[in-house]
Amino acid sequence: MKSKSLLSRRRLLQGAGAASISAFPAISYAQADAIKIGHLTPRTGFLGTLGEFAVQAADLAVEEINASGGVMGRKIDLIKEDSVNPQTASTKAERMVERDKVACIVGEISSASGLTISQVADRTKTLFVNTGCNSDELRGKGCKKFMAHVESANSMYVKTVGRALLANNLVKGKKWFSLTADYAFGHDLLRVAKRFMESNGGQFASDKLVPTDATDFSALLLEIRSAKPDLVVSNLAGLQITNFLKQYSEFGLDFPVAGFGFDTAVAWGAGKGNFFGTWPLVWHHLIDTPGSKAFVAAFTKKYNKPPENQAWGDYMALKILAQSMNEVKSTEAPKLVEYWEKGAKFDLLKTRPGYFRAWDHQLMHEMYAVEALKASELKNQWDIYRPSPAVPAANEDLEAIAPTKEENACTFA
Amino acid sequence: MQSVLFLQHVLNGLLAGTYYLLIALGLSLIFSLGGIVNLAHGAFYAIGAYLTVVLSPTIGFGGSIVVSPALVGLLGIVVERTLFRRFYKADPSLSLILTFGLAMVAEQVLRMIFGAPPLSFSIPPELRGQLFVAGFIYPYYRLLVLLVAASCVAGLWFLLQRTAFGRVVRAGVQSPDMVGALGISLEPYMVAVAFLGVGLAGLAGVMLAPIFSIHPAMGNEIITAAFVVVVIGGLGSFWGVVVAAMIVGLVKGLVVAFGYPQFSEAAMYLLMLLVLLVRPRGLFGERIQRFE
Repeated sequence: MKSKSLLSRRRLLQGAGAASISAFPAISYAQADAIKIGHLTPRTGFLGTLGEFAVQAADLAVEEINASGGVMGRKIDLIKEDSVNPQTASTKAERMVERDKVACIVGEISSASGLTISQVADRTKTLFVNTGCNSDELRGKGCKKFMAHVESANSMYVKTVGRALLANNLVKGKKWFSLTADYAFGHDLLRVAKRFMESNGGQFASDKLVPTDATDFSALLLEIRSAKPDLVVSNLAGLQITNFLKQYSEFGLDFPVAGFGFDTAVAWGAGKGNFFGTWPLVWHHLIDTPGSKAFVAAFTKKYNKPPENQAWGDYMALKILAQSMNEVKSTEAPKLVEYWEKGAKFDLLKTRPGYFRAWDHQLMHEMYAVEALKASELKNQWDIYRPSPAVPAANEDLEAIAPTKEENACTFA
Repeated sequence: MQSVLFLQHVLNGLLAGTYYLLIALGLSLIFSLGGIVNLAHGAFYAIGAYLTVVLSPTIGFGGSIVVSPALVGLLGIVVERTLFRRFYKADPSLSLILTFGLAMVAEQVLRMIFGAPPLSFSIPPELRGQLFVAGFIYPYYRLLVLLVAASCVAGLWFLLQRTAFGRVVRAGVQSPDMVGALGISLEPYMVAVAFLGVGLAGLAGVMLAPIFSIHPAMGNEIITAAFVVVVIGGLGSFWGVVVAAMIVGLVKGLVVAFGYPQFSEAAMYLLMLLVLLVRPRGLFGERIQRFE
């Protein structure tokens, strides 16, 4: 009988009041909702080894960022996917932008996939921070306004090792035998290596292309033995290097070895006594700075093994993004790019801070050439090389090892 | 190109053929007798390699050569009893899907347990070094692989051609219905064949662990080569696999010798294509009723 009074105006007002009060927390959640960042990296295939380090480092970075308050008070929500191959990378990048509405995309290691992701980034005006693709082309012919590179370009790798080779008299008047990974990265690296070699008075005894899925190097090792080069050069990638090292050791060849692309993880996997030669790195776990040591300690604690250079790349990219977003108080790509082009400096855990070069968005930073230790010099399974001091030297411009405009022209469309 | 280098490439190619042989033998056995297209063959190869890394510190590499394949073989029996036997009378494409799934599961499990980066493993110090004969170079280790492969071929040949067990297996390959009609159950033979076939994959993993990188997806690297060898050699033919493995190794080596290493992987597929066009049942393949 009294049912009608339950819907009296008072009741209605009270109900509305209660409902709106309960909606307040929803409003405050909306303001504190997470910043979505997409992470793409190969988890399978010959680069999958490195992809695992990338993901682990990305997770660590996000954990640290969120623990110290997040970005503009908001947490970072990392959406991670296996990029697999260039086509899949492109599809997933699109999905991340359109469906997941990510603020930006971070990662990738394969230069071929990096290219397809950059095309998505360009089309959708989403920022893509490349942490692992080395090809010069991505910074040159294929450069994009909304792409930036924490990873070094092939030219930088070549110039870093090149200095060590010049110092050891392995270039002028010498014959090189090179093995090159038969895909985008390898061809690009070969072109840059050849340019360096020829401009310094060297020549190829031979240069061979190696399919990315080839595992047996015995026939090529016979060719090397027959050619008797002054230097064996590796333009190989990922696990190809591990296979090559193991079999070079198996055949007992003793020509000097150097490589223009390298990741510590592939040498860790080569086995005791199977690592030799001179190789370049953007970062290594033996760098003696408080920042580096802290990163190594945190990573080792979380994953029971030290980080390697790929881990540094993804860790750094996320830290740089967090710092930048906090500074410009925005997640919008144009504002971040503008901030970077103005020369914002970042602590890269090395001796000098770095910055993104305005005309190609390549990070200007120190690199290292490392010399493999002999088996008898090894103290543990991780410390397998003797690193050089930072390159460029303290009194040189950071851009000394970077590709010049003549070498790698880039115009943002 | 000098003739010495060319000859080296020929011999090296044949030597390389021995590990295709190791890998393909087991695959061929299971394919011929059970009609199972075992795409998980690569996974067993990977498990054999990982077991070697795990066991070697305790029982040495020599111990691993014996124990690891045996353990993998036992795993093969489990897989045969629980999975394979449901598909003996079925369309081979079903076992293809099953073993494909099995391979993916195995790869992920390895990745979860051991991580994605390659595991460190070297040729044991006693087996290092090279043999130099008239300017030719042979790493001692590859000669050991040759020895092991040759022993497997000899042992398997003896088993298949000179024992009662082998007689039944060969009959089962040709005509399982007839064998059944004669009152012989093929089931225990299938278990034994699974143990042998999968165990051989594990043995290949052990032998190649010191010279190839050890990582969760390593099985994918050899599975296609193994299939190419089995297809070229022909179903049901023992010597077909041996000859085909040698030819594949030789062709890959010669492609490099002639200066086109970038085609070394593609070359074996081209070879398979040619063989299938000219002789679809493979070089030594027998007419197997079940597949006609």
